[in-house]
Amino acid sequence: MALDQPGFPIIRTAGIDGMLVSFGDRLDEAANRAAIAFRAEVERAGWEGVQESSSSLVSCYLRFDPLALSHADLEARLREVMASRDWLQADLPAGRRLHRIPTVYGGALAPQLGEAASEAGLSEAQAVEMLSEAQVRVTALGFAPGQPYLGLLPEVWNIPRQSALTPKVPKGALVLAIRQLVLFGVTAPTGWRHVGQTAAELFRLGDERPFLLAPGDEVIFPAVSEAEFEALRRAPGGGASWEALA
Amino acid sequence: MSRELIVHRAGPALSLQDEGRPGWITYGLSRGGAMDRLALAEGTALLGQPPGTALEMGGMGGRFEASEDMRIALTGAPMRATLDGAPLLWHGAHLLPKGAVLEIGPVTGGAYGYLSVGGGFAEPEILGAQSAHLTAGLGAPVASGARLAVGPDRGGETGCKLAVEERFNGGTLRVVESLQTAMFSEAQRARFGEEGFTRDNRANRMGVKVNPDGEGYGVEGGLSVVSEVISPGDIQMTGDGAPFVLMAECQTTGGYPRLATVIPADLPRVAQAPAGARLTFRWITLDEALSVEAGYRRHMAELHRKVEPVVRHPGDVPDLLSHKLVSGFSSGDHHDH
Repeated sequence: MALDQPGFPIIRTAGIDGMLVSFGDRLDEAANRAAIAFRAEVERAGWEGVQESSSSLVSCYLRFDPLALSHADLEARLREVMASRDWLQADLPAGRRLHRIPTVYGGALAPQLGEAASEAGLSEAQAVEMLSEAQVRVTALGFAPGQPYLGLLPEVWNIPRQSALTPKVPKGALVLAIRQLVLFGVTAPTGWRHVGQTAAELFRLGDERPFLLAPGDEVIFPAVSEAEFEALRRAPGGGASWEALA
Repeated sequence: MSRELIVHRAGPALSLQDEGRPGWITYGLSRGGAMDRLALAEGTALLGQPPGTALEMGGMGGRFEASEDMRIALTGAPMRATLDGAPLLWHGAHLLPKGAVLEIGPVTGGAYGYLSVGGGFAEPEILGAQSAHLTAGLGAPVASGARLAVGPDRGGETGCKLAVEERFNGGTLRVVESLQTAMFSEAQRARFGEEGFTRDNRANRMGVKVNPDGEGYGVEGGLSVVSEVISPGDIQMTGDGAPFVLMAECQTTGGYPRLATVIPADLPRVAQAPAGARLTFRWITLDEALSVEAGYRRHMAELHRKVEPVVRHPGDVPDLLSHKLVSGFSSGDHHDH
């Protein structure tokens, strides 16, 4: 249920115990950045009665106890934060990481690179060069635990999903469509094209941070040969590394 | 010897379940937990213990044995249960003596039965909860041969029962407007609150499909909606226009348009509707929903006051082991929650 006039950001209720602040109605770099920054502010505020928050592609979600914190009170607080600045101009919060996840492009391990390159009007070599140099942001996690949506790639990668599903891509598959990448945490069917293969472990029980990636983190997928990849499969975390983002 | 519930034979959909693990939505992990949260609370009330973890049994139970004397409670969808061959009352608490055989057969109504144990299950926690989240690959179904660790029991009553509200054969589900309600035409929204639906064969811990009597539901351009957060109870319209009510193991975000959200108090009724059950939806305002929620929480907190001893004629009871004769039904140690 929309709680206000047209024009973003908007506030809507989700069920009886959720409120959603949205910064757009389609994936867009600024709206995603706003959602991540806004959520960091809500977390910092630590309002009593708010039980959980999350950011998705263009929105920040709050789950709260509506019998302890009224909808009206929460809405008033959210409007205050919304009005406090232009969130579309906000910087991403501190504490983010830049990950490097070694990736094999094309070949038997990632059979749809050629198809994706041709959809984008590029040679395979050009495609590998662009994809292995791109630094993309984790715009949201979903579908499986710790599984990222990453974007946005340059406009040339605005290629459609396939009309048919690929019945199965393996865990660690890097797939591409509509200027976005998804890195699969589990074996799954997909309508996106399988352009790369990684040995990343997105979810590791027992680690202090069980999820490798968080919204707002950035990732580079450097190209490695199939021979190098075979060695990385046995390396901890599939050879992925990270550093703090300034 | 360790205190365990031994699973000699497991039905196809057994898993440990609790209130789930909140706090991970932003990482793509939904809360999960028991499909029928009320049944969990009923088990807790019958055993007079704090909220914990129960064995959820989809459709069918199994054959069980306790490694030492153990109190048990049977709640949720009624199932045929016997203790060494003698019938056991559902919605009741009983003594399961060491070595006795507990058989729990198919449901006689509803979909998910629950077996709670005195002291609660004490299996290792994953991210702060024992429950299996099968869709996410956390934990696993409980299989034949499992030995489930059970915590120490402070003791308490057995041979008691709880009168429960009928929720095992469909009925009316109250819904509130949600994120995307306004995307649907007035006509569809009105029809949704008027026509009848039948619970499809397709249902699992992620969601329950319901088929409308009339035509399907959908919105213009519905396949290009930006993915937004999902709450359990959200009613999602997939390609063929049949609604899915999303449940405990739903994904955290989704791009299919959602028409409304079933209120938490009515989710047990969704979970327990068996295939073929008739369902209707009724729109209520957010204010009404909040007052229902307050009543629902009060109801759960007061369940323990409604537990009553089973009174039987000795002649009806071939085996007195199946219930302890209650001497004075006092409980100063019930927990409000």
